[in-house]
Amino acid sequence: MSRKPKLYYFNGRGKMESIRWLLAAAGVEFEEEFLETREQYEKLMQGGSLLFQQVPMVEIDGMKMVQTRAILSYIAAKYNLYGKDLKERALIDMYVGGTDDLMGFIMMFPFLSAEDKEKQRAVIVQKATSRYFPAYEKVLKDHGQDFLVGNNFSWADVHLLEAILMVEEKKSDVLSGFPQLQAFKARISSIPTIKKFLEPGSQRKPVPDDKYVETVRRVLRMYYDVKAN
Amino acid sequence: DGSLLFQQVPMVEIDGMKMVQTRAIANYIAAKYNLYGKDLKERALIDMYVEGMFDLNELFMYYEIQPADKKEQHFANMMDKATNRYFPVFEKALKDHGQDFLVGNQFSRADVQLLEIILMAEEFKPGILAKFPLLQSFKARISNIPTIKKFLQPGSQRKQPVREEDVPKVIAIFY
Repeated sequence: MSRKPKLYYFNGRGKMESIRWLLAAAGVEFEEEFLETREQYEKLMQGGSLLFQQVPMVEIDGMKMVQTRAILSYIAAKYNLYGKDLKERALIDMYVGGTDDLMGFIMMFPFLSAEDKEKQRAVIVQKATSRYFPAYEKVLKDHGQDFLVGNNFSWADVHLLEAILMVEEKKSDVLSGFPQLQAFKARISSIPTIKKFLEPGSQRKPVPDDKYVETVRRVLRMYYDVKAN
Repeated sequence: DGSLLFQQVPMVEIDGMKMVQTRAIANYIAAKYNLYGKDLKERALIDMYVEGMFDLNELFMYYEIQPADKKEQHFANMMDKATNRYFPVFEKALKDHGQDFLVGNQFSRADVQLLEIILMAEEFKPGILAKFPLLQSFKARISNIPTIKKFLQPGSQRKQPVREEDVPKVIAIFY
């Protein structure tokens, strides 16, 4: 009996979005339970479902997995999106670490004050264009292949596309100095499972809004001010 | 000179690669030296534990660079997380299976990292394992593994906690 993976999180991007992307890219259907109330969250905790009392949590293959990285690594390995050997895995881990750091700058964005948002937007664009995008542009240029690692579609490609689209939401022409990344974006977006995920009606979540922030604060009782890093 | 993929350290030259990203490096070493479990599910469990430890480690790492007026609150928070969120999980894991190691009845990176984080926590608060008998015996057991025992002796490459007077230098370089 193989049940669909079930995702437990808020109805928004946050730390679960990369997991949605990867499952979708692998062509795996999944269910979602959205946290709306504090009571739901406390019930999950009391039931022993949250190892470190945190979400994301994903029920998959008889496990209640927590910790975003652990979940992503498991899905990548299970669906052959983690390279063919240790060295390819090392490269994928390095690249994913970079896009993770880049998306980390964006993750806190909705929680910032209006003034800090403007500053953070500039930080995101600066980091993207001077640190991260040049690294991936060079990787693609150096080997001239369609995918980042091992001439094969992998988790690294999915994660980079996700990061590119997120940064473009902050500055639409941010890829203008990066021709390889522009072609990469078009190419990966056309992969059937990805293309489907990018269409309206998929389980991809929209840019977080005030309602999302309110829900997270309410459920987690996270009422302190969030400062940019 | 192009050695740092994202202009950051740590960087480790290993097997012809210039590896960056702490997790990537740790994953590679763990897999190469058979400290990453025997199958996907054991790896998943190790990853869950290890990521939790990374989170706690981050709290410890950031303590030294807190401004003076935030230090006390940060200290209270990190001690609270250690004793109420993280240590109970590992105490329970050991209690539930009754085995010597955290995962799969075999020494793994999860055990190494747990020992590291226990020792760091004790540097901040010596009696912190008082309510965790299984973690106490775990600590003794893992510390006795010959390679670990050697690393814990003076003269090894293990580093000291960052000294108060070096904090401004660290901040200037990285921030």
